This record gives sequence, structure tokens and C-alpha cells, in this order.
Amino acid sequence: MTDLAPAIELKGISKAFGPVQANKDISIRVMPGTIHGIIGENGAGKSTLMSILYGFYKADAGEIWISGRKTTIPDSQAAIAAGIGMVFQHFKLVENFTVLENVVLGAEDSALLRPSLARARRELKSLADEYELNVDPDAVIQDVGVGMQQRVEILKALYRKADILILDEPTGVLTPAEADHLFRILENLKREGKTIILITHKLREIMEITDTVSVMRRGEMTATVKTSETSPPELAELMVGRKVLLRVDKAPAQIGRKILEVRDLNVTDTKGVHRLKGVSFDVHAGEILGIAGVAGNGQSELLEVLGGYQKATGSVRVNGEEIDLTGAKSDGQSRRARGISHVPEDRQREGLIMDFHAWENTVFGYHHDARYQKSWLLMDNAAIKHDTEGKMARFDVRPPDPKLAAKNFSGGNQQKMVLAREIERNPDLLLIGQPTRGVDIGAIEFIHQQIVALRDQGKAILLVSVELEEILSLSDRIAVMFDGKIMGERMPQDTDEKELGLLMAGMTTSPRGPLHKAVEANLAHASGDPSKET
Amino acid sequence: MPKWADVILIPLISILLAAILSAMVILAIGENPWAALKLMVDGALGSTYGWGYTLYYATNFIFTGLAVSVAFHARMFNIGGEGQAVLGGLGVALACLYVPWPHWSVALLGATLAAALFGAAWAAIPAFLQAKRGSHIVITTIMFNFIAAALLNYLLIGALKVPGSMEPATAKFPQAAHLPSFQDMFNWGDTTMFRGAPANVTFFVAIAACVAVWALIWRTRLGYEIRSFGHSESAAKYAGISPTKIIMVSMLISGGLAGMMAINNVQGEAERLVLNAVEGAGFIGIAVALMGRSHPFGVFLAALLFGFLYQGGAELALWTSIPRELIIVIQALVILFTGALDNMVRMPLERLFLAMRRA
Repeated sequence: MTDLAPAIELKGISKAFGPVQANKDISIRVMPGTIHGIIGENGAGKSTLMSILYGFYKADAGEIWISGRKTTIPDSQAAIAAGIGMVFQHFKLVENFTVLENVVLGAEDSALLRPSLARARRELKSLADEYELNVDPDAVIQDVGVGMQQRVEILKALYRKADILILDEPTGVLTPAEADHLFRILENLKREGKTIILITHKLREIMEITDTVSVMRRGEMTATVKTSETSPPELAELMVGRKVLLRVDKAPAQIGRKILEVRDLNVTDTKGVHRLKGVSFDVHAGEILGIAGVAGNGQSELLEVLGGYQKATGSVRVNGEEIDLTGAKSDGQSRRARGISHVPEDRQREGLIMDFHAWENTVFGYHHDARYQKSWLLMDNAAIKHDTEGKMARFDVRPPDPKLAAKNFSGGNQQKMVLAREIERNPDLLLIGQPTRGVDIGAIEFIHQQIVALRDQGKAILLVSVELEEILSLSDRIAVMFDGKIMGERMPQDTDEKELGLLMAGMTTSPRGPLHKAVEANLAHASGDPSKET
Repeated sequence: MPKWADVILIPLISILLAAILSAMVILAIGENPWAALKLMVDGALGSTYGWGYTLYYATNFIFTGLAVSVAFHARMFNIGGEGQAVLGGLGVALACLYVPWPHWSVALLGATLAAALFGAAWAAIPAFLQAKRGSHIVITTIMFNFIAAALLNYLLIGALKVPGSMEPATAKFPQAAHLPSFQDMFNWGDTTMFRGAPANVTFFVAIAACVAVWALIWRTRLGYEIRSFGHSESAAKYAGISPTKIIMVSMLISGGLAGMMAINNVQGEAERLVLNAVEGAGFIGIAVALMGRSHPFGVFLAALLFGFLYQGGAELALWTSIPRELIIVIQALVILFTGALDNMVRMPLERLFLAMRRA
């Protein structure tokens, strides 16, 4: 590295949204040819900082220096011109375009498309060889897997001659094997002298791949350290500002009678796609069954069916009683009456009404309960508010103000409100999807404790999560879903992330032999990658 | 931004902007805007006669404004207030003509019921199409306005026309069905107030409707479900709230409220059913609901403002060379600024309040 100027240097960046100081005097130096991690809880200001770097927001104060030159980045065009490429958490691809068309989109050479596409095809070939970035240029985006879609995003950036690549939570949608593949690509890019900024909230990834790591907390950069000189507990403490318990403490499960019995569940959605294919499993009292799997393999539909707002065929019994899966009476109300509580995967879309006050949200779904009524016609708002105050105190919701709108609480506090509502119903069965998605580490600890406490009271819990670590640490039994099917059940003590990763990628058996090869072959298959098939 | 600024300051600034622009238009056609304003205020608020007209118009707008508001809370855009009010008028006419009412109070009750039923029925078809077939409520309710107008036309030149009459109108309602006007109600000794003005007892029904809608939306389970559905359909489904039920019920209530306008203009004022009795009040209801933030009290205030504009505007056209069309321009400006250009005022004001808080 002859050039000593940092690839990116930010000096005193500040940005406020109204009263919220999203970034406070942030300075950071990223050296060329390194992988620099930025870690922090949700709302710590990571995305804001990167959006400033990519020209989406204008900083209130501060300077941006690229390769030793002071630069202003008023829009994303300027960012691209400065050699910055961004891979967003939610891909920005045209679903019904081919890979090639997506790469060229916005960077066409002329009004005629054909010469651009031809050039892009040659370029893509050389990029693929150089970085192990294999894609089928003629595949249509909606037909390829998320791993390949992500590679297309990276290729888009490289095609625009990016030297600095920013990846925002890149592994959120990937299987462990796909994530490993991504990390290999990043290593290759680094070897070729590219600079990579990796934004994540997963400590494991930071430790695995970055050279240096910056920690953000509440809009401030609290530390920048060499990865080799730090540890996960230290980083967690820097993120949260206090010591955090990273493992879940729990006693052995006291398994009781069968609460939930699911047999041969099938769901076909409105487009005719089979979302659930003959799913069967049981959950017992005092047990947490964890459903692992990459997002979009039928877990959401499973929760929706059990929660009462997705029609299905098959049989579901709760406490031995058959549940109506298709009739007019099959809705959330009827499920709640059967002792099923449901913490949905997406609290902002389903679990809460963001514009409603906290007190209105704590009865959502239970608003027909007799104790919330003043008369046959009117609701007892005073009683509901009083009830909410109790819930907020018991679940440590901050600020404890029932009159605040749900959208004004942090992700963790929103989730605590949903949990308080569902857990305090004393259900026989709790369905819980992505309990800690978008939740800060401090609240994760609390939420996990609540789930385990409910289990220890002898309740049955069905946990769906895309976070393997969470599944492994909470579950008493693990089922893995892939393509609408249960690929297998494992006991947490008898398995590991690698084996679960294989099941998540659709391998029915788990070869204990050359594991790496199996992952490779499967990955190539899953993403429709022709060059890897043989 | 504090709540008072949201509900009071922003509409006031919007009205002011509309007024300034209106003044410039009046200047441009060579009239004195100050004199015009004075004339409007005098005409609409300067006498009990003026108030009698202003409140009469306001009553219409309260009903249609409430109708749009209730649908808004379920995120349904009911543009069909006009047609629903037309059908409400038909209901009132049938109830008043064919039922021998013993007293006006019973007649009012019966006519209100008929108006609400007819209005609700007219909203039911678009609501059903939306709930079951996904046909967009905006398109279908607009189309139903035209169908309603055509239907009324057909009936008023046919079955309901007085035999031998040249006029497309029903017969006069019997005396027992006549509602007491303000002139009848506020008449003590020698002082006659509201002489000849059309405001009638329906105004109080409108106020009662405001209270009822407020209680419905913010105090009942149904209102809770309507608001839940309006804010987030996906969350409503999670909670077990049936979208079909909410779409149907909210639109039936909405249509019923729009229909109830007819007891004011058909039973209270005209005392017979004529063509084009609604006079665009259904559409004004949209502006009233927008400006009133879909809150019954806001709707009440906004309806008063539009009542003032209607009556003041009529006075302008009567006494000055300002053409009648200009009144529509002024009303349009008010709608434009309070409804469509809301954010133009809101954004700078929000920034101002933030700067003030930080300072």
C-alpha cells in the first residue's frame, strides 16, 4: 500500500432529524485495501452515516475526504463518480429484468442498448473470474436466489468502477453458507485493493472478516479498534454502554403434555405458489420449538396459519381440539379464544398500529375483552390506560407513557409492548416470530429472559427466527424449514450452525464428510450457478 | 409541533393565504377586496337572516363532511356523498309523501331514518364491490353519483312528478311533515329572527350527529376497529378484524350520514324534492373533512366556514359586479390551500417549531 491517504475520511460529521441527533461529530478513517466494520444497535446512526456518504442526506456539519481529496457528495451520482458503491439491505433490482439489464441500468453508454449490454457481458465475465462473483447474466432477477441477487448488487457497484464498497447488513437474508461465500468474495475484493465498509449488528461477522471496527452508540462513534485486539463481549459493551449477557441462561426443559399438533399443513398463496408443503410437528408444554430457516421459506405462512389469517389445508390441534383452518370463524379472534397468543414477525406492519397510542396498542386484538368495556357499546379507555401503565412497568417499556404513539418508541420498546400484550394473556401456546429483529442488545437480553420464563411456567412456545444464534441458544428442539418443508428436527446440543446451515439450504441428509464441498455444490445449485454445477 | 398548531394554526394560515390570493383576484378585476370582504361578512354574519343562510348551508356540509370523515378513518375515499345525498332526498320524499305523519317530530325521525337508509344503500354497492371484488371505491362512488342523478331525473319526470305539472319535482310535502325553521323556533314576542331564512331544526340534528360520530370513532369498539383498519390493514388482519366487515360498515355509515343531509335541504327547506337539490354539497364535504382533519369538531368549524363562503359569496354576486363565477374561484382557493396544499404550510411551520424548540 503505497498510497497512505485514507480511502475515506470523515471529519466531524453531524446530522439531526428534527430533535433527534442521528450523527454527532463523527470522525472515521478507513484505509484503502481494508475491511472496516461499523457496528452498533438499531438507531445508533450507522445507516444515516452511510446515507450521508452516499449522497442521500446532506450532513449538517463536517467534511468528507475521499483518497486525500475533500469532496462534496450532493447525490448518489456524485458518490458513484467518487468511486463509492453501495449494496443496500433491501436490494434495488428490477425484478423482471435480467441480471445483465440490471447491471447496465443507469449506466448505459448510449441510447442504443445492445452495445452497452455487450460490453457489460464482457465486463461481467472478467469480474466474475477475478472475484469469484459468478452470476448467470441472462437469468431474470425474480428467478434467482437472494445470494445471487446480492452478487448482482455488488457487480453493479463494481461495473460502475467502485473502489469503495459499502454493504449494509448484507447477511440478513443469507444462509450461513451463502454468508461464507459472500465473505470469500469480500476477501477477494480486498486482495485486489478495494476498500470495504461492512455495516452490521452481528458481532460474529465483525470478528470473522473485518480488519478494524468502529462502534456507534446513540449517534456517536464510541470507539475504533483493531479487530484482532478486541473481543465480542468488549464490542457488545461498547455498543450498549454496559455489560451484556450474550448467552441465555436457562434450566433444562420440563417437557409436559402435547399442546400443539400440526399435521400435513399445506398453503397455496393467491399466485398459486405452494408456500407450505405437508408440514407436521408438535410442540409440548414447557418447551421452545425453534423453527430455523432463511427468510421466505414458509415460516411466515406457518405463523399466519396458526395465527388465524391465512387459509390452509391439513390439521392443527391445540390441547387436543381440532382448529378450523378455512371457515369463516377462522381468524385471529378465534385463535386467541383458544389460548394462542401471537407475537408477529413484523411488529410495525402487524403487531402494532404505529399511529395509535401505546394504550390503544396494548389491547389490540383483545379489544373485545369484557374487562375493557364500559358498556355494551363503549370501551373503557380509562381502564385500558391503567392496564397499560402496569404492563409498561412490568416489561420495562421506556418511556412509560401510555399516551405516546407507538412509532415514537424504539424497536426494542415496541417489541416489549407486543410481548407484554401477548404474554400477559397467559396463553397455552405462544407463537413468536423474529422476537429480536431490529431490537437493541440490551432489550434482546430482556426479551429472551421473558420467553424462557414463559417456558418455565409450562407454556408451549413456537419460535421462528432467521437468527441461527438465537435459535440455538433459546430452543429446546430445532426444526429447519426450507422451501415450505421441514427438512429435519435436531436437538440443539447435538447440532451446530454448519449442520443447520446445510438443512437451511435444502440438504436432506447431513454429510459429515467433506462438509465444505457439499456447501459449495449446494450453493451453486441453489443460486442456479452453472459454472459450479460440475 | 404542538397540537394546537396542527389543528388551528395551519388551517388559519391556509385560509389567510387563500384570502390574500382571492383579494388579488378581486383587485385584478377592478373591485375593492376590502369592500368585498365586508360585504361577505355583513351578508353572511351581519344579520340573523344571513346567519340563517350560513347555518343552513353549514348543516348540509356537516352531514357530508362527517360522511367523508367516517370513511376516511377506514381509509376509504368516499367521493359519492353527492349521489348518496341525492338518494337520501328520495328517501325523505317517499317518507314524507306516502306516510301520514301525525307530528313534525315523528316525521323528522322517520325521514331521517329513510334518508340514512337510502344513502347507506347507495353506498352499499360500491362498498361491496370494493370489499369483495377490489373495485376501487373512488371510481365506483363517482360513477354512482351520475347514476343517482340519472335515477332522480327519471323519477322526477315520471313516477314522482305531479300529474299535469311541467316541473320535474314532487308534490309539496303535507303540512305535518314540515320542519320548524329557525324563524318558527326563535320567535319571542315582537322580535322575529331568521325571517325567511332556510335554517331549520336539522341544524341540531347535525350537531347531534357530530357528537355521535365522535363517540363512534373514539369510544366504541367498532370505531377502534375502523381506525385500526384505516391505519394498517395488515395489522387489522393480524388482530382478527375482518376487512370486509369494516369496509361495508364504515361505508354504510358514511352513506347514511350523506343521505341524512336531505332532511335539511329537502324536508327542511324545499319541502318537496326537486332536481339538483344537493347543489354540490357532497363534494364540499370532501373539502370540509380534509380541513376538519376528519374530526367531528373540525368538520363542524370547517362546515361553518364553507357555509359563510356560500352565503357571503351569494351576497357578493347580488350586490357587486363581481361575477358569480368568482365566488367559485374563492371557494376553490380555500379548498386548494386547506386541502391540497396543506404540506406547503405544514413543512415550514414544522421547521419553525423545531428551530424554536432547539433555541
